[in-house]
Amino acid sequence: MEVTLIINGDHFGFSAEPDEVLLDTLRKLGFKSVKRGCDTTSCGMCHIIVDGQLVPSCSYLTVRANRKKIVTVEGVQEKVRAIAEFMTAEGVEQCGYCSPGHMMSLIALFEENPKPTIDEVKHYLAGNMCRCSGFEGQHRAIAAYLEVEQS
Amino acid sequence: MSVNKSIPKVDGMGLVLGKPAYTDDFAPRDALIVKVLRSPHAHAEITSIDTSKALMIPEIKCVLTHLNVPDVIFSRAGQGYPEPSPYDAKILDKTVRYMGDAVAVVAGTSEHMVDLAMSQIKVKYEVKDAIIDFETALDHETLIHANENTFSMFPIGHDAKRNLAASYEMMIGDVPKTLESCDVVHRATYYTQAQSHAMAEPHNVTAYYDVQDRLTIMSSTQTPFHVRRIIARNLGVDLSKVRVIKPRIGGGFGGKQAIHGEFYVALVTKITGKPAKMIYTRKEVFESTYTRHAMRIDLTVGAMKDGTIKALDMEVLSNTGAYGEHALTVLMVTGAKNLPLYNHVESVGFKGNVVYTNTTPAGAFRGYGAIQGNFALESIIDELAAKLEMDPVEIRTMNMIKEGETSEIFEVMGEGKEGMAMMIESCKLDQCIENVMKSIQWKEKYPMRVMPDGKIRGVGMALAMQGSGIPGIDMASAIIKLNDDGFFSLVVGATDIGTGSDTILAQMAAETLNVPVDQIIVYSSDTDLTPFDTGAYASSTTYVSGHSVRIAAENMVEVILDKARRFFGTEDVSYDGKTVRAGSQEMTLKAFSTVLYYSEQQEQLVSSGSFVGEKAPPPYMAGACEVEIDPRTGRIEVLEYHASVDCGTVVNPNLARIQVEGALLQGIGMTLYEEAIYRNNGRLYNNSFLTYKVPTRMDVGPMHINFVDSFEPSGPFGAKSVGEIGIDTPPAAIANAVYNATGMRIRKLPIRSEDLWEMMNKKQTLI
Repeated sequence: MEVTLIINGDHFGFSAEPDEVLLDTLRKLGFKSVKRGCDTTSCGMCHIIVDGQLVPSCSYLTVRANRKKIVTVEGVQEKVRAIAEFMTAEGVEQCGYCSPGHMMSLIALFEENPKPTIDEVKHYLAGNMCRCSGFEGQHRAIAAYLEVEQS
Repeated sequence: MSVNKSIPKVDGMGLVLGKPAYTDDFAPRDALIVKVLRSPHAHAEITSIDTSKALMIPEIKCVLTHLNVPDVIFSRAGQGYPEPSPYDAKILDKTVRYMGDAVAVVAGTSEHMVDLAMSQIKVKYEVKDAIIDFETALDHETLIHANENTFSMFPIGHDAKRNLAASYEMMIGDVPKTLESCDVVHRATYYTQAQSHAMAEPHNVTAYYDVQDRLTIMSSTQTPFHVRRIIARNLGVDLSKVRVIKPRIGGGFGGKQAIHGEFYVALVTKITGKPAKMIYTRKEVFESTYTRHAMRIDLTVGAMKDGTIKALDMEVLSNTGAYGEHALTVLMVTGAKNLPLYNHVESVGFKGNVVYTNTTPAGAFRGYGAIQGNFALESIIDELAAKLEMDPVEIRTMNMIKEGETSEIFEVMGEGKEGMAMMIESCKLDQCIENVMKSIQWKEKYPMRVMPDGKIRGVGMALAMQGSGIPGIDMASAIIKLNDDGFFSLVVGATDIGTGSDTILAQMAAETLNVPVDQIIVYSSDTDLTPFDTGAYASSTTYVSGHSVRIAAENMVEVILDKARRFFGTEDVSYDGKTVRAGSQEMTLKAFSTVLYYSEQQEQLVSSGSFVGEKAPPPYMAGACEVEIDPRTGRIEVLEYHASVDCGTVVNPNLARIQVEGALLQGIGMTLYEEAIYRNNGRLYNNSFLTYKVPTRMDVGPMHINFVDSFEPSGPFGAKSVGEIGIDTPPAAIANAVYNATGMRIRKLPIRSEDLWEMMNKKQTLI
């Protein structure tokens, strides 16, 4: 099925299988920041933003995204870099595989709630798995970022 | 300088920005999709397999079964050579030994057609009895490796006719005699479960022939050199025709030490000539890769009334699942990285059997036996203290290993061969204990408190040790070249699996070369380009690979000085990282290297270094936690975890801290939430993230990590390992805290709220 995807502001014509999910489409189109961690929407590694909504791209049909605005980490590099400075300063990115999905969740959160508490951050990011870091370093980094951002 | 500084990971920003970095990010667009048809039975013989319909589909380019792959037997363990694991596995076998074992491999140009083709393969099975309960496996009438000529490269106690993958026994002194002379003898049995690694990135492999017609395998592996050796030899290809590249990996924890998809994908490419790729589904990662070895540990401790421990005797039954990968070595570590903690004993015994069952193979997993043994040992120390009505901390302090001491176990128990005698030159356990007691406020909180809301809080402690590589076996090497603008390339075989090893190795090179870390460009883990390294396992990278980098860097300083002598014609030369001085002349390193490569006396400056440890100095730690238990439901919450670690010099405090925090949470997960549960028919009950519960950020309480001031004289810049030790203490520390809170001694992992509730309400012990 022919679809038009608006990915990070650019238009892509794409011929999608009826059961194809956005995760696979985006990776085929070269957006490698979108990662597959599972197939049960449990890990958060494929998170992207579609029309302002944070979604797991492993469970979002490509045909459903026709003419919708899709944002991946590739499209918000400067926003991500600003947060990532604090992540890398803690050394908490480790293997990095969950990081892009984690960043998309944070960006979506800050859109909805520019001044979240750490508890609100934890709740919003509960679906973003990480097996390397033990999470506490992520929360230290996010707290440091918010402190600088909000001052 | 560069060592002992929290330098950001060299690849960190790129990874968070989502740059292509992992295996599948580089897979050729036209790679054939490879999938594996897996066994629906826990134990069966394939009596016939018909692939004709699958092959009629035009998109299908290759179907492999046991009938058309090389009939070779090997160990997939991904260890050095000769391997200490039994040769008991084939690429594809007529017998399938667990639900999820590989039956056929299908490769095609379209994923849909590959799925269709898999459904069109007709397999007839003769279903056999399966052994799921590992306590019944030894000498069971069903033999799991009955038909194969399994063997081991050297004696490891392997006996397929008894379902025995490996076994071992040793005794130092006379344990029965010592026990007779003890005032108190305490025996207990502990059970630890199969845990899944659940690394973020599923296993994946890509293979293709490069422009020189060499078989290139890009893989999410922890051991690129072992992969090259094992794949090439068993496919009958010269090692010189195979290149293995490890790009970034999304976590490993031991689960990517072995060969998983590499054989299938490499064979598809070899047969079809086309690029191919395989990405494990999460279900496959759970069912068809690895788990931690489940164990039953019978432990006996003998002591005098004053708390002096005189004898320890540990007997292990370990479940290796369908194949014997890491069977012997995990068993050895269960004893060898725990029993020396209490080294003042008169006698110490250790023996164990590792049995086959029809479940997912067990393999390497962070902690590697040490966490299982630690649960038993550090639980029984508290049980002994309770029996003697002594303080559990005091009993530890009285009996634990100290600097300048040794344990005969180091010499007796190795990993596949005898160990190596080792004097402990750095051990700050006393400091570690003091630190965690202070930070958790042990004296105020021990043993328990009842809170106003009726909940009960208790504290618990455990000590741990690990190793730093495998002495006499693990080898690492590094090459350094000076580039034409005065910066350096550091080329290492070491395998960064997300830990930050590329970064800490660059820090070590920068320290010796006296340049900023950004002047060291690291390239790692490519068998064509980088020098040999056994890989990322056994907590070896900081110590073993670190030494090789230190040596290479020291050699580079010598190479620069030697060139300066010849260049300037004087013996009076020096180098300080910025400037090369010769008598009264001086030149910046930048200018010197530019001249060297473009205009005068041209010569490429290169150095190398390689290292094999003569010892594996253990890092040590004390872990203490406070738990809160709701007596109405048995709910257990870890309120806070305090850890004090002696890993020698901390090369990168941030990265070390995250290693410890991540390991602690993995250990807490094993203690409270995680278990690969097999039904009686061998089906893994929890094979997705919906059903297998890894801790989330909602489950984690504050973790307080502290590194004691320590220096290991045998280590690079005084460093020891830190990657594994963090996982060891949670099981015993939490079990001890639960005991202190409730009086209930739990000897089985995971510690479930429902079991605790049952015990508290029926006052019955679980086992």
